[in-house]
Amino acid sequence: MDRPSNWRQEAVEIPREELLRPGHPACPGCGAAPSMRLALKALGPKTMVVIPASCWSVIAGAHPNFSLEVPLLHTPFLSGAAAAAGLKAALEAQGDRETLVMAWAGDGGTYDIGFQGLSGAAERRTDMLYVCYDNEAYMNTGGQRSSATPVGTRTGTTPGGKPEEKKDLLNIMVAHGVSYVATATLAYPQDFLTKFKKAREKRGFRFIHLLSPCPTGWGFPEEKTVTIARMAVESGAYRLMEWDGEEWYTTRQPSFRVKVEDYLQAQTRFAHLTGQELQEIAKQTAAYWEKVSRKE
Amino acid sequence: MVEKQLMLGSEALALGVKLCRPQVIAAYPITPQTHIVECLAQMVEKGELSPCRLVTVESELSSISLVLGASAGGARVFTATASQGLALMHEILHWVAGMRFPVVLANANRALGGPWILYMDQADSLSQRDTGWIQLYCASAQEALDMVPMAYRIAETHLLPVMVIMDGFWISHTMEPVEAPSQEAIDAFLPPRCDELKLDLDNPQALGAPSPSDTFYQIKREIQEEMERVLEAFPQYAQEYNQLTSRSYRLVEHWFMEDAQIALVGLGGITGTARYTAQRLREKGIKAGVVFPRSLRPFPGQEMRRLLKEVELVLVMNRALSPGMGGQLTQEIQSTLYGLPRVPQVTDWMAGLGGIDPTPWAIGEAVNRALKGERKIWTDRPIGAKRL
Ligand code: SF4
Repeated sequence: MDRPSNWRQEAVEIPREELLRPGHPACPGCGAAPSMRLALKALGPKTMVVIPASCWSVIAGAHPNFSLEVPLLHTPFLSGAAAAAGLKAALEAQGDRETLVMAWAGDGGTYDIGFQGLSGAAERRTDMLYVCYDNEAYMNTGGQRSSATPVGTRTGTTPGGKPEEKKDLLNIMVAHGVSYVATATLAYPQDFLTKFKKAREKRGFRFIHLLSPCPTGWGFPEEKTVTIARMAVESGAYRLMEWDGEEWYTTRQPSFRVKVEDYLQAQTRFAHLTGQELQEIAKQTAAYWEKVSRKE
Repeated sequence: MVEKQLMLGSEALALGVKLCRPQVIAAYPITPQTHIVECLAQMVEKGELSPCRLVTVESELSSISLVLGASAGGARVFTATASQGLALMHEILHWVAGMRFPVVLANANRALGGPWILYMDQADSLSQRDTGWIQLYCASAQEALDMVPMAYRIAETHLLPVMVIMDGFWISHTMEPVEAPSQEAIDAFLPPRCDELKLDLDNPQALGAPSPSDTFYQIKREIQEEMERVLEAFPQYAQEYNQLTSRSYRLVEHWFMEDAQIALVGLGGITGTARYTAQRLREKGIKAGVVFPRSLRPFPGQEMRRLLKEVELVLVMNRALSPGMGGQLTQEIQSTLYGLPRVPQVTDWMAGLGGIDPTPWAIGEAVNRALKGERKIWTDRPIGAKRL
């Protein structure tokens, strides 16, 4: 459902406090690092983070370096959601209901190997926030297909392009009956912060999906991260939405000033596709978001 | 005299957990440990464990991951499993130990499939020998209760995770008279967890960050050294516990070893049958004794050598096989005895797998064959109801 035409997201102030230190070892132009920066600005220092194997296992710093100003537990690949649920239980048993526990995982740790734990924690309505920063492949191992990889994408394990469509995790999360689901991307910080603040205030299981452009894996110049994320949203290849427990809302309508094909062609991971294939993907993408918003 | 109550081994173990005031429990069912988490769920339901959180997870991967996270939150944690469940946890078991989290886990021994097998052997726990967990074995329901406070005391003092292991069915599902220690006794023995190994908002740190090789090497070295300290400290913990509860636990339990020529060596419940058998053998003039290393890791090599160095024959009663090598416990015993001036004959007996429960007759038969010089024994008719 579209919000009424006069509906505006309230402008949020971006806190000055930095909870991500400079000097972290992400690739130049990585979308995942500024995403964490924004997320922690919204969530504040009373946050504990759990990170399963992912690029962020590296970005957080190798011992003795540490790039965050909040406590962090590293876990094996499939443990993110369950370990976060355990941490939350431990805090509750010791009388702390305030500290937010955030699991922060890539798409492999969310859509694939971590899916069981995610489903379990969501089904139990665990009082936590789960964030998937989706770079649409196993990027920490050099870029292999995950079930979040979009159809057609060339990866290390799909050299001819991925035949299957991206898993519809958003509706899977909604089907769990969780209290909040949202999509966001760093190119729209106001939208991003609003959603994280909302998630901070809610109780129960909250899930935020981030489109996290990856210059290394997607094949675009490292200074174009924000541009790529913007193209994804403005073309309708990625939608900024939220589900508040009852309905889906689009929080920013695509302008369609660029086409999905333009977004795809700006990245080498789609360079092998023919014009017709690009069109086909554009159609499928539109159909997917149509399917999500039909639930609006 | 404290009153004894009749209860299942798994109920006794759950009671031991309750007395330790756990704060987070991850519960997932698997035969033959399900009673443990059911008992604990009932206690939580009745408010007996408050403010403990019991979380019913969706797999053993999640139960061990959940207690990993809870332990990082500073809580005293517990989970229980068996067989396939313990095998499924394998990756995270390494992680918990490497991170030095004082997790306590109960395992009711059961064989690993395939084919499907429900019954008891020790392949599950022995396969986790090298994960960095302490392993304490129990030979009765009473021990299943008592080893839980011991496990927490060791885990939280040395920052190493501990498995409390009992025979599936033979102990977990068998009613035995059990004497519960008082809450005061356990509180005196086990202070609340107070280590610094936890996430702290006021002092933000990363636990488990990628480590340079020399740091990693040092971490492993420290674990090894701590394991050795556990061996040194165990008698003291046992003594304290014994005094508070009138028990008589030792690092290596042994019976009739003063003048024994044959030592029957095993882990857990089988040592009960072996004690009975040793007495019968002694009636026939065969001087048999029984040795039960309560802890497989750390392995009490020195004490084992002291007990076994004078005997003629060590019959190792294995309940887990390393295919292509032989009985897993035999490897431990052989490497422990290696280098003694006079090494006794060590016979590798595959006493029972997948629920084969060695009877006194079977043990007697194995002793006879070993006395004839056999070094590797598979029982020919493992299920036989002959009398000794
Ligand atoms: S591979 Fe991609 S997601 Fe990973 S650090 Fe580099 S840019 Fe970021």
